[in-house]
Amino acid sequence: MAVGVRTQDLRKVYSSSPPMGAAGGFIARADAKGSKQAKTQIPALDGLSLEIAPGEIFGLLGPNGAGKSTTVGVLTTRVRPTSGQAWIGEHDVWKEQAHVKRLIGVVPQRPNLDFSLTAREILVFHGAYFGIGSKVRNDRADALLEKFKLTERGNQMVRGFSGGMMQRLSIARAMMHDPEVLFLDEPSAGLDPQTRILLWEIIREYHQAGKTILLTTHYMEEADSLCQRLAIVDHGHVIAAGTPAQLKASIPGGFLLRLRFGNQTADLLQRLQALAGVREVRALDAACSGSLESARGSAEKTVAEHAGVDVYADRGGSLIPEIASLAASSGAELSDVHISEPSLENLFLHHTGRSLRD
Amino acid sequence: MNWKAFFAMLARDAHVARRNAIQLLMQTFLQPLLFVFIFGKVMVGSGYMPAAYKSLLLPGIIAISMTFTGIWAVAMPLIAEFQWTREIEDRLLAPISVGWIAIEKVIAGMLQALVAGLVVIPLAWLVLRPGVEISIGTPLTFAVIIVLIAGFSSCGGLALGCSINQQHIGLMFSMVMTPMIFFGCTYYPWSALKTFPILQKIVLINPLVYASEGMRATLVPQFPHLPTTAVILALLFFDVLLLVLGLRQFEKKSVT
Repeated sequence: MAVGVRTQDLRKVYSSSPPMGAAGGFIARADAKGSKQAKTQIPALDGLSLEIAPGEIFGLLGPNGAGKSTTVGVLTTRVRPTSGQAWIGEHDVWKEQAHVKRLIGVVPQRPNLDFSLTAREILVFHGAYFGIGSKVRNDRADALLEKFKLTERGNQMVRGFSGGMMQRLSIARAMMHDPEVLFLDEPSAGLDPQTRILLWEIIREYHQAGKTILLTTHYMEEADSLCQRLAIVDHGHVIAAGTPAQLKASIPGGFLLRLRFGNQTADLLQRLQALAGVREVRALDAACSGSLESARGSAEKTVAEHAGVDVYADRGGSLIPEIASLAASSGAELSDVHISEPSLENLFLHHTGRSLRD
Repeated sequence: MNWKAFFAMLARDAHVARRNAIQLLMQTFLQPLLFVFIFGKVMVGSGYMPAAYKSLLLPGIIAISMTFTGIWAVAMPLIAEFQWTREIEDRLLAPISVGWIAIEKVIAGMLQALVAGLVVIPLAWLVLRPGVEISIGTPLTFAVIIVLIAGFSSCGGLALGCSINQQHIGLMFSMVMTPMIFFGCTYYPWSALKTFPILQKIVLINPLVYASEGMRATLVPQFPHLPTTAVILALLFFDVLLLVLGLRQFEKKSVT
């Protein structure tokens, strides 16, 4: 029976001490409470709540440092939340750790393979940790090596493996005990396109066996093509959640035109807004705080030179001639145009004002 | 308690130890054997040391070999696994509570320390012979003491391995290991420090003192040594202290 995943109002604040060299001692301070040194408080999760249905492929999408890996860490017993709760199925992650660990498989962002073992031994011992009988775990290890195209390297130490091979083996290991919920933290980072396609196939296949999959990514294409539902995460909380289609539909218009003018005026913004098909106009310069309303207050005033404007619209390229002539007539020379079609990237930009790659 | 997972991890450590057997043997036995050869053979043979020194030296060498094998066997892999390869994560995700993973490491380290001790005895005896007068008059006491020595070294390895930064391994050797050896009553009995009364008191915080004195008490009781009961109690104290400390550090390292 498929198992769901849920988190409620997760918060996590990392308090990291100053670097060891600065602290003077070489033995890590056993107890932070006694230390008088000021701690840097780094909030990673800020009230993150998620609900992932049993048997779903769910994606956490967000830029680096958004809190995706910390969320995975909390759900996989590796990061203790400062407050809030997390469940795998009916099991509270922080009260029934051993039980939860049985239900989950984890592919970490950075390979953590056992360097003292061969590829095959890694799988076989992993099976043994999970109490799988000798014959079954040996058969399963061989089948997984085959599936991940690692059979020929099965008896080699993993030290010399390439990044892609290590990643494949990490995934094979996570599947070894046939977990109900599979976590993949940035699974395709650093993979070549071919391996990425193999990975996607394998994830879909595992999902068809009724498993729940949670993956984090900052690749739009991956989230878009693989995930049934997504949560967009930024600054430690969910800023939007839904199916990729729903999320994309939530962007006004869908098309995003990023424009730059030589001489941008508030009047120009108003005239842009009036064009047929334009849903929303956002000036990017901080001086007009991104809203048309505040710009209206100081109409006719030059807002900023070379500032940008984001136009959300129902159509893309066909708007350009109108914008160009409009710009010409109001004396603002159009200096740069970038059109993007409805995408999660646009969605992220719409919600955060930042690009995913920032 | 998930014994299957526990024994699977122990089997993994045994497997890795078997694979690195030659390296491990060199690491464990080369230094004590050279020591035995120089101090027991060369110095005694040339008359700079009395012949009785051979018998006095042997228990100390056993204590050092066991202690450092235990510390090394647990601390070094942990330092690498937590900070560099992160390979311990595989076991942290096994369906067993985190504390038991640390216990497994301790047991594996203890077994290695015991093997080291039991192999060094005949090896050193072979090098030193003739003229070594060792006897195991009280086998049970001897067994208790070597298990306790294996315990404190292994637990100490756990505490150190979870507290020390990778870049400070060298410092660990010069700041912890070296003073521990030289103030560990390994090459001389504790009573020899009576001319340095303050030092004689201070060295009592060094668990290696009890290891060496305990070995002396059971293998060469003809030499002066601390009372066996005191040795056992002190070793027990260090076992528990370092285990508690080590478990705490391990849990701190394994969950952020």
